[in-house]
Amino acid sequence: MLSAEEINEIETESARYPTRQAVCIDAMRIVQRHRGWVSDESLRDIAAHLGMSVTDLDSVATFYNLIFRRPVGRHVIMICDSVSCWIMGYDRMREYVGKRLGISLGETTKDNRFTLLPIVCLGCCDHAPAMMVDDTLHSDLNPEKIDRVLERYP
Amino acid sequence: MTAAATEKPLTKNMRPDGSAMDVRAYLQAGGYEALRKVLLGGMTPQAVIDMVKEAKLRGRGGAGFPTGQKWSFVPRGKDAPNPTYLICNADEMEPGTFKDRLLMEQDPHQLIEGMIISGFAIEADVAYIFLRGEYVLASERLSRAIAEAYAAHYLGKNILGSEYSLELYLHLSGGRYMCGEETGLLNALEGKRANPRSKPPFPPVVGLFGKPTVINNVETLCCVPHIINHGATWFCALGRTHDAGTKLFGASGKVKRPGLWELPMGTTMREILEEHAGGMREEVTFRGLLPGGASTDFVTEEHLDTPMDFTAMSKIGSRMGTGTMIVLDDQTCPVGMTWNLMHFFAQESCGWCTPCWSGLGWAERILKAMEAGQGQPGDLDKLTHQAKMWGPGATFCALAPGAAEPLQSALTCFRDDFERHIREKRCPWR
Repeated sequence: MLSAEEINEIETESARYPTRQAVCIDAMRIVQRHRGWVSDESLRDIAAHLGMSVTDLDSVATFYNLIFRRPVGRHVIMICDSVSCWIMGYDRMREYVGKRLGISLGETTKDNRFTLLPIVCLGCCDHAPAMMVDDTLHSDLNPEKIDRVLERYP
Repeated sequence: MTAAATEKPLTKNMRPDGSAMDVRAYLQAGGYEALRKVLLGGMTPQAVIDMVKEAKLRGRGGAGFPTGQKWSFVPRGKDAPNPTYLICNADEMEPGTFKDRLLMEQDPHQLIEGMIISGFAIEADVAYIFLRGEYVLASERLSRAIAEAYAAHYLGKNILGSEYSLELYLHLSGGRYMCGEETGLLNALEGKRANPRSKPPFPPVVGLFGKPTVINNVETLCCVPHIINHGATWFCALGRTHDAGTKLFGASGKVKRPGLWELPMGTTMREILEEHAGGMREEVTFRGLLPGGASTDFVTEEHLDTPMDFTAMSKIGSRMGTGTMIVLDDQTCPVGMTWNLMHFFAQESCGWCTPCWSGLGWAERILKAMEAGQGQPGDLDKLTHQAKMWGPGATFCALAPGAAEPLQSALTCFRDDFERHIREKRCPWR
């Protein structure tokens, strides 16, 4: 069941588009903000609310990389693997984060604290390498800085 | 008017601490004057279009299409379909590109004013800013600025008491490079997968929800208020070559001072690289660069004196693209860099057209094997053949042709390095 708050937020967004389907990406992002990810159950609820078929909605959900169809940890690390960050040491930074947390790309730590994902260019190329943790951009990464950043996310 | 205000119109309001300008500060800096001039000074939509045409403004998203001409494709008159939409393409996701983020984070009202004037020119009823989902700070600052603009009657019904009304909404994307392709963007905004559409019809005639739609890049729209304020002649004179205006140029990679600078259109690559980016770091030497994002052809030393503008860059077989250069040095493997680029394009292919979904992955696998010491004789011919298969004209959108640009040029510029990988069965940089 969608919560009253979720429905309210979806309807606010929906007023900005002439069709019901147009709001579906916003709707999934809203539900994800409340629940961390979009489960099969949430998908069914959103589809029903918007008058879409579940299959249609899932085909949209699985297209967009910022919509999570699997559970993620409390914090999501998105590390930039595009060309400028790659030149400036992406491979070493990814290895360092992975070793520190004991996970590879696409995995979540056992304590459910972090999920590690790759992301395309974050538009931070003059301060590469870069990553986002949740909503915050962290740039000019090196192992010491990564240590300091990770500590801020319990 | 200070010199900076007329020479660096787009970035004159940027503060050293990177904070955003609120509506009051923007007004004090002369903001919304252009909008007043248009709406209260009796300018017609056609007069705005003519002025932008005369200013020779070309799209800053990479393709360089003349903005005024794009606007003039929108059907007008009593029988024209409605509503008409204006979309700001703020889906900045071209690898190596970091210019629109600065404009939105630090001077959001400049973009909003540009959108209202552009909306008036095409007689738009509704405007959307299509912003990539990762640009959280830009989203917060734009939301605040849009609310301020509504409160001050720059948006909504009868703007500043004029006949013109415009609703402006911010849409946060769910991700994927394809959303930056204009017809992919339209599908995304309609709540569908961001596959490209067949053209024609072009979006100014049949666009969002089947209605006339103009899609312009952030930087393009930000130029518009300054053209209104200072005139077309002034704007043309800002450029050093026949392409008009200033341009945000950037450099990333192992240069001394990576960054972003507003410079005259037509500034040479060498000047950007050596004077503004400070040249290469001490421990490395220059090998080549991608002049304007991942989907532009590599340029080497011999062409560095070429002016960065639409025309001169295409003459040397590359493109200005987004104007933000990615620099390759001698300590970085060109094959590895090309693999990284092909990985990006293969991953971001939407799967709609066969040369793209099939060919990009194939090229990526060949390059991956080459980097792992498993390159085969004949690989380079396969890669050359693939790059030719990707278009232009072989696919619905520009993703695959864009991917072909760095691949085909890398194979030419760094051929010895590719051959050495195959011959020695290893990456010499590892």
